[in-house]
Amino acid sequence: MGQADSCSLISACLLILASTVFLRGAPGEKHLSVYSVAANYSLPLVEREGQDYVGLLELLEPLGTVSARMDGARWRLRYNNVGGIFQTRTNRPQVVGRGADLGGAFLMENNRGLVPLGSLASLLPRFLGGPATLHGDSDRLFIGSVATHFTASLASDNPPRLVLHFTAPVNPSVATEPGAVRLTFAHEPVVSPASATLTFGSKNIPSANYSERNGAAVLVVNSAIPLMATFSADARTITIAPTFTVAQTLPPPATPSLPTPAPPAQPGTTPAPAPAAPAPAARRYFAVVDASHGGDDHGETLSSTLLEKDVTVALARSLRRELESRGISTLVLRDSDANLPVDQRAVLANADRAAIYIALHASSSGHGVRVYSALLPYGRDDRGPFLSWTTAQRGALPVSQNAASAVAGELQKRQIPVRALAAPLRPLNNVIGPAIAVEVGPQGSDVAQLTAPDYQQLVTGAVASGVAAVRDQLGGAQ
Amino acid sequence: MIPRHLHIAMGVLLGAALGLSLYAWHVRKTVARAPAAAVDTTPLAPPVSGPTERVILFIAHDEDGTLRPESAQIPLPSDRQQRAEELLRTLVAYYLQKNSTHTLGAGAEVRSVFLVDPGGAVIDLNSAFADTHRSGVLVEVLTVASLIHTIAANVPGISRVKILVDGKQRDTLAGHADLSSYYDVSGVNQLVTELQPQ
Repeated sequence: MGQADSCSLISACLLILASTVFLRGAPGEKHLSVYSVAANYSLPLVEREGQDYVGLLELLEPLGTVSARMDGARWRLRYNNVGGIFQTRTNRPQVVGRGADLGGAFLMENNRGLVPLGSLASLLPRFLGGPATLHGDSDRLFIGSVATHFTASLASDNPPRLVLHFTAPVNPSVATEPGAVRLTFAHEPVVSPASATLTFGSKNIPSANYSERNGAAVLVVNSAIPLMATFSADARTITIAPTFTVAQTLPPPATPSLPTPAPPAQPGTTPAPAPAAPAPAARRYFAVVDASHGGDDHGETLSSTLLEKDVTVALARSLRRELESRGISTLVLRDSDANLPVDQRAVLANADRAAIYIALHASSSGHGVRVYSALLPYGRDDRGPFLSWTTAQRGALPVSQNAASAVAGELQKRQIPVRALAAPLRPLNNVIGPAIAVEVGPQGSDVAQLTAPDYQQLVTGAVASGVAAVRDQLGGAQ
Repeated sequence: MIPRHLHIAMGVLLGAALGLSLYAWHVRKTVARAPAAAVDTTPLAPPVSGPTERVILFIAHDEDGTLRPESAQIPLPSDRQQRAEELLRTLVAYYLQKNSTHTLGAGAEVRSVFLVDPGGAVIDLNSAFADTHRSGVLVEVLTVASLIHTIAANVPGISRVKILVDGKQRDTLAGHADLSSYYDVSGVNQLVTELQPQ
């Protein structure tokens, strides 16, 4: 071997060593995945003072018009028409003239304003005027109603196929491993089903596990045989089946399977609720659950240590679990202590065209539960196809009242005192689809019962059963 | 030496200044008298007394969340607007009693009631009424239904009711019951039916 060959060999070794060091370092870098209606993107996280920090300007930039400038020790940030003033090394910025708690010091580094990751769930709603949900363990941030839900069902073919239905198109990376197929959703806001472990009772495809880490959702389908994943034409359905079955059932490329077009509506006729009819394309969730109050609006002070806004969040989470366990996709409007104006709640529910909107309240007075439908205000100001904001509920009110009766009936079955009433309670009158409110009071005089998980589950289980009982009627309501 | 025509001009100007001063003094005296004349101290309406009438008050009961009619014998003026005010003041006075079935905070008052044709009524509560009101959907709905149904049942011709606080619009009574729109009396009648004891 000549001297030139030796030099080449040493250079190659150094290059391989450097590449190995670089590639080993890459997975350690943490990222925050951000999902919003405007864009899905990823931002680097940096660790400071034992916490993860993210650049606030970079986070808001893809969402709207944002600018920032230093003013002495203050960092002034402007997002659309909302202003915020941050001071270095303090944890209480002023946003829209009100104080906020970051839970850690605000930092300036190289003209970048850094805020603790954990503060985003409370800080962003102030700027954006809508909900932001942070999955802190997996570094995923959901802005607005963007989460993609999925259901998994085993088709009873021989051999069986696992069919995953998503509420929005997805494009995961698929990896086949011995005994498993791994779907990694790095760019889609896929969220957990009711349980992280799904079991199917099949020898060939016994289970699947959902997890989230470092900005991605991962679904691992366990199997005893080699599996292959195929995507439907609209990318909302993934079929996982044994390799030979997929080969047999794949449609020819020239004739892709398309949804059967619905017959055109007859002019002058009112479409009747049709249980078998597919949901409207725009609907992302069947149910929207609203934890009433939040932020500065405490609702009722139930006791010296208990606020209504905290109880409603716990009830909303419990109701989501109960609804999803009955196969009803659910969006919780407020999953943190955020300010959410009542108009904005109606806007979000209407934008999602949910089959039912359920507002949750808690009260120290009365015994048991009250289920409300809207008491519409005076006037009928609809102009042609434009509905009046104050009486937008009018068309859906009969279905709302039926849903309230069904929920009340299920509560009665569980021996919970209940009444179904009309109430002048916003935003029920602003929601265009079926809408009810549930006010949960203790069965006796002990307000602490409102925080008891058993009681919460008893009530929310009954509400979910009531909604499930009128599911067909609700599905055809819009 | 000052020319003669300047003497004359100076004299005319001094005379004009004196005349204007006298006129201004006269106007000031007239204006100072005017407000006193505008204040009418004559009572607009006689104090409520004299013959009494039987009316139906719709009383909220917190213990079972119901609204129950109760008759009362109270003196009422003949004017519709004053009748409406007196009715609601009687109702609020009932709730302010020590053993009331639906307590209101101390200082709660109905400031005034305006009847606006056709069919409109505006109830103006004081800020203590709303600020001290207990929070909760049912407890607030009971108050609103009690006020509206009492006035609508005893003063004919009212089809819509608006509730103000200190003369201004307020979003909710105490965090729940909506005060931003006119109430439809027919809708409230239906609610009152639902609130009857079962």
